[in-house]
Amino acid sequence: MPETYENGTEIEVKDLNLWYGDNHALHDISIDIPKNSVTAFIGPSGCGKSTFLRCLNRMNDLIPNCRIEGQVNISGEDIYAKETDVVDLRKRVGMVFQKPNPFPMSIFDNIAYGPRIHGMSKKEMPEIVENALQSGALWKEVSDRLDVSALDLSGGQQQRLCIARTLAVKPEVILFDEPCSALDPISTSKIEDLILELKKDYTIVIVTHNMQQAARISDHTAFFLLGDLIEFGKTNQIFENPQEKETEDYITGRFG
Amino acid sequence: MLNRQLKEKGIESLLFAAGAAAVLALFLLCIFLFKDGLLLFENYPISSFLTDTKWYPTSEPEHFGLLPLLLGSLIVTVGAILFSVPLGIATAIYISELADPKISNILKPVTEILAGIPSVVYGFFGLVILVPIVQKTLQIPTGQTALTGSIMLGIMALPTIISISEDAISSVPRSIKEGSLALGSTKWQTIYKVTVPAALSGISAAVMLGVGRAIGETMTVMMVTGNSAVIPGFPSGLFAPVRTMTATIALEMGEVPQGSDHFHALFAIGSVLFITTFIINIIANYIKRRYRFNL
Amino acid sequence: MFSNAKLNEKIAFGLLKIATGMVVAFVLVILYYIVSNGYSAISIEFITEMPRSRMTEGGIYPAIVGTLYLIIGSIAVAMPLGMLAAIYLTEYSKPGKTTWAIEMAINNLAGTPSVVFGLFGLAMFVKYLGFGASILSASLTLALLILPVIIRASQEALLTVPKEYREASLALGVTKWETIRKVVLPSAIPGMITGAILSIGRVAGETAPILLTGAAYFLPRLPDSIYSQFMALPYHLYVLATSGTSIAQTRPIQYGTALILLIIVLCVNIVAVSVRSHYRKKLKR
Repeated sequence: MPETYENGTEIEVKDLNLWYGDNHALHDISIDIPKNSVTAFIGPSGCGKSTFLRCLNRMNDLIPNCRIEGQVNISGEDIYAKETDVVDLRKRVGMVFQKPNPFPMSIFDNIAYGPRIHGMSKKEMPEIVENALQSGALWKEVSDRLDVSALDLSGGQQQRLCIARTLAVKPEVILFDEPCSALDPISTSKIEDLILELKKDYTIVIVTHNMQQAARISDHTAFFLLGDLIEFGKTNQIFENPQEKETEDYITGRFG
Repeated sequence: MLNRQLKEKGIESLLFAAGAAAVLALFLLCIFLFKDGLLLFENYPISSFLTDTKWYPTSEPEHFGLLPLLLGSLIVTVGAILFSVPLGIATAIYISELADPKISNILKPVTEILAGIPSVVYGFFGLVILVPIVQKTLQIPTGQTALTGSIMLGIMALPTIISISEDAISSVPRSIKEGSLALGSTKWQTIYKVTVPAALSGISAAVMLGVGRAIGETMTVMMVTGNSAVIPGFPSGLFAPVRTMTATIALEMGEVPQGSDHFHALFAIGSVLFITTFIINIIANYIKRRYRFNL
Repeated sequence: MFSNAKLNEKIAFGLLKIATGMVVAFVLVILYYIVSNGYSAISIEFITEMPRSRMTEGGIYPAIVGTLYLIIGSIAVAMPLGMLAAIYLTEYSKPGKTTWAIEMAINNLAGTPSVVFGLFGLAMFVKYLGFGASILSASLTLALLILPVIIRASQEALLTVPKEYREASLALGVTKWETIRKVVLPSAIPGMITGAILSIGRVAGETAPILLTGAAYFLPRLPDSIYSQFMALPYHLYVLATSGTSIAQTRPIQYGTALILLIIVLCVNIVAVSVRSHYRKKLKR
């Protein structure tokens, strides 16, 4: 496991196991994820990387028959402890999904949704929405039509809207679950630039099936295979000098 | 070769004819209904039909005023909807969003039983069980009131409202619900701020179809509402007997001479009823077609 | 703020549960009253004997027979017509005005009040075509009433047959109709029959349409042709429960009749649901 990080550790996972019914899907995962940096999870389909990501904001709670053991601390707090409020946790740990999922409402209402729920006053709303859209690199494109339906935006714009929507809640951590897999290359590069911009203020964890993407934007990379965390380290080390044979096979098979 | 093509064409024409039969049936239904309905206005002015406040079909002179019957139908239907819409939507939400799938699979057929019970059995139940309860609880002279009709009709409209709303709610994509939860909203906030608004057009269609069912219901209202043709007040009219359009037709048709003004007046009432439900159906189907998600 | 949202959620979920509980309670209460009061009235004699002493004693045999005739008559007309129409709509029709008109007609027939069908049956079958107040007029009226149910159920059944089946057969050079007959229909027929079974319940329970087209208050003997008037279960229940001087005295017969109606409808629904689920499982495999 890597050294202590420059900005400190945001997420500590110890011996996490997950079962879907009888299917043991994640085995003894332990990992420390650094603060204010980008950590990528890579691995072949079905390796458990998305499942693991969804453990970090307890989205797996929604799946019946799903059982989790082990410890996950975020900012030093055990998120699976009895007294932890899932709703509060998800406010602190935002998530952007594989397919853009804007609500069938106006652009403004999409962004304002989270802040309204968390009790922000009406007066502050225009400012919150503008700031979030600015940070989401969407403001210039939509500032004159905040009241149109979010469903009228292009796929790339919708995904940036979903990012802005997450930012409006002011999380500490943002989880990205293959955020570009449904997008064209131009939209993808806009999102990648955005992620690099965001790591100044947020801890970012991204699941990707695209290794170039992991290499381009992440500081650390974790390689998963069949529910095991095979290797975790600095991104250039993982790609240039993998320690494990499985990692090397995967990287060379797909990268070279 | 030619023979085979001929056969294929013949079969297609036969099938088309069967499909066209539905259109023909609706067309004939309009013709026969309106023809006998319009005959009323040869002897009785249409303005009186629409504005007269009395329905005295056998007095001298006769009064064929639509209003008491139309308002009778309206008050019973409004009462039914006020009662069944919140209950139906709440149940639909519970079934599709909260209940364990195993429980849902039991609840769905149970609510469908309500759709299967014949209206005359509802009427009988209402008459024997509910009418005395209403009379005793409210301390009024008769329990056969608009309210009693509303309660029974409300129960009868429930399965329509529940099954169509449930359909609309569960067709809201999971991804949107997850998006809301991931922003730190509670399950309930997600339901009433995201899921239900997204399903709103489907839910409105359900309500419209429920209204259609309630307006068109005959036997139940006839057996429990007391059938006195007076213009009901609101809300006081809820606690008095009323007479609906449907009940009037069913009650009086047996005793009128065919071809009389009274006979034609009942067809005129039927035409009004048909036009009302026709409009409701058009609206409901229009809204329903719009709710499908393309995400 | 948060505990507030949590509290709201608790209250809201509580209300949703209560609402659902009420709906279930309605079902149970109605079933309970009819069953507990009706079962003692039911016996072999009750369903096989004629009514006696101005319907205050005896059985309901003629009403059962009348309802049976109506079921047979209306299904015999509506089932073939509905199935053929459904085949046309799912397999042949192309989007356009004609199809729109057919779909619209079906939707509106489905939403038209049954008493309006009664008026139509009275004007067209009883008067215009001269069938009189009879089993024939009432069956034809009910057939129109259930036509939309049968068409919709059949369409649904046809749509669940995978496209690949059709393509595979067409690719072998088999004509469209042969494909439908040999490949599509065999897997769709159970579903199509479900629609017909469900409409049996509808026919058995409808009162308003037959009231206007031929149901009789009382008949001393069974109908002898399709032009005869008839007694039927739902109308019999209505008559006993609302007219005459012996309403209280005939209460057991009323409950018994209601229970028989309920049994018919519930059996029909159970059969339809189990046919449907059995056959859905088969298709999935």
